[in-house]
Amino acid sequence: MNKRKYIAAPYLVWMVIFTVIPLLLILFYAFITRAESGALILTDKYIKSALSGSSMSVLLLSMEYALITTVLCLLLAYPAALFLWQLKSRIGSIVNLLFMLPMWMNFLLRTYAWRAILDSNGPLNKLLQTLGLGSHRMLYTEGAVLFGLVYNFLPFMLLPIYTSFTKIDNSLVQAAEDLGANRWQTLLRVVFPLTKPGIITGITMVFMPAVSTFVISRLLGGSQTMMFGDLLENNFMLLKDWNTGSALAIVMMIMMLLSMALVRKSDDDLIPGGG
Amino acid sequence: MEKDRLVLIKNVSKEFDGVEVLSNINLYIKRNEFVTLLGPSGCGKTTLLRLLGGFEAPTSGDILFEGKSIVDVPPYKRRLNTVFQRYALFPHYDVFDNVAFGLKIKKLPKDEIKKKVGEKLALVGLSGYEKRSVDTLSGGQMQRVAIARALVNEPELLLLDEPLGALDLKFRKEMQLELKRMQKQLGITFVYVTHDQEEALSMSDTIAVMDSGRILQIGTPQDIYNEPINSFVADFIGESNIIPGIMKEDYLVHFSDKDFRCVDRGYNNDDPIMVVVRPEDVKLVPPTENTINGVVTSIVFMGVHYEIRLVDDRGFEWLIQSIHSADVGSRLGIHLEPDDIHIMDRSQYDSIG
Repeated sequence: MNKRKYIAAPYLVWMVIFTVIPLLLILFYAFITRAESGALILTDKYIKSALSGSSMSVLLLSMEYALITTVLCLLLAYPAALFLWQLKSRIGSIVNLLFMLPMWMNFLLRTYAWRAILDSNGPLNKLLQTLGLGSHRMLYTEGAVLFGLVYNFLPFMLLPIYTSFTKIDNSLVQAAEDLGANRWQTLLRVVFPLTKPGIITGITMVFMPAVSTFVISRLLGGSQTMMFGDLLENNFMLLKDWNTGSALAIVMMIMMLLSMALVRKSDDDLIPGGG
Repeated sequence: MEKDRLVLIKNVSKEFDGVEVLSNINLYIKRNEFVTLLGPSGCGKTTLLRLLGGFEAPTSGDILFEGKSIVDVPPYKRRLNTVFQRYALFPHYDVFDNVAFGLKIKKLPKDEIKKKVGEKLALVGLSGYEKRSVDTLSGGQMQRVAIARALVNEPELLLLDEPLGALDLKFRKEMQLELKRMQKQLGITFVYVTHDQEEALSMSDTIAVMDSGRILQIGTPQDIYNEPINSFVADFIGESNIIPGIMKEDYLVHFSDKDFRCVDRGYNNDDPIMVVVRPEDVKLVPPTENTINGVVTSIVFMGVHYEIRLVDDRGFEWLIQSIHSADVGSRLGIHLEPDDIHIMDRSQYDSIG
């Protein structure tokens, strides 16, 4: 008898109640409808409306935003992680802590703070006016939404990449130098391939939630930018149309699974194998 | 003379956070020489190797390579390669790409890389392993890949940091012979770091024995084994019997309450010295007035020889290696020829007065 498997029991119960059953419910709402006779029958009308042109364009926009956010986060986080890694370990962990500090505060609060900062009468515009650069509309623009996304998701990119840097055996870097590689060649041929798992994790942890986010776009983008998360929320909370909402959720899940499979696939192709 | 010197280490000291780990090291390495830095862990031998590799810079002193200072030359510009302690193979490359790394950096044509990598893999006995991932290799195979990866760049100088430390005994002996063969065959200068005295004795042309950041003695394996400069070296290089004594006059030494003829001279009369006697040099004979006498306390069969412990009448325990057995509890005498007695100065290593 293996008693150790019971240790996982609480988690298993949790998974069934809060993940498996809701998933089944979503499937139920998306594909089952009540016929006029009162019997439950299979239908594809909700999926069809979820795949309509208007919701697809919202999904595309969301994925575009999420993609831009992921790329920007990667471009910011990778050099930062490289910099942190080269600091002495004690200083490195302090600076790392500073990077992580904003995460200690709820992201809603932080996003509300940015609303105030970016407001037409906010401190940033006051500063610009004082400098003679004039006032600009910053809140409720695409730029504000992207900024909010990058700002909120950057730590999720930085942390896994930094962790993968700290796992690199320093003797590998020295071996590369010993074999004639200068700093740039060492970075390209040894450090970058070894930090790739961190990059993949980072992309996953930024892209997935960025596609489905709705608060950031609503708070910073107003009604100008509708993201897929907003569409979902509207269906459930505003229109009380749980069926279409569930169908939209399924469409989004499939899109995310596909894009993650794509990331993993391209990773396999990128790993330098033969000569 | 000067021309044969590939590397010259001049008055090199190294501190880490104010703690001196190397103090005033002077050593030259001749072309095609097999030099071993031998010492216990923490003696500074690996630090000295890292200074040569360029991964550390000396706090003071200079390192010359073919007469030119390399202290400010970064590792990737030095014409030497290193075999790292735990191999440091690139986990994201297969065997071929690991070995080809240095050549690809040099942007050699593809077919030339292929040819050279093939040659070196054949040299280390790993032909046909090109496409294997490095984490499917055994410790010994990883070691061979690391050696091939260094040698393929045809360095003037190869640094080896305890390369055989992680291998089992039988395999180590094999690799020792192979390394020596490769060194001769390729005509490359080796600097080899180890704490294993047998390894040092069997492979080296020159051994530098180190302790506490200093080089205690430099010499051929024979010099160091037969004429250790102090009891630390004597004890580190093989087992020995170290007895305090007094140099009565040239060629006459007094220890264990008896006078012995020896081959050393040049000490002041009645100088306190230490006597080193190797276990295999002790001959057991029936006790007489002229022998050091005692009782056998233990005997262990070691294969080639017996290892015998004998406590003499003054209470000193002798370690003796003999091809003849002896009975525990029997009373025997120790006979020493003048050649078997090695005289050393007393030093800070000798706590016995």
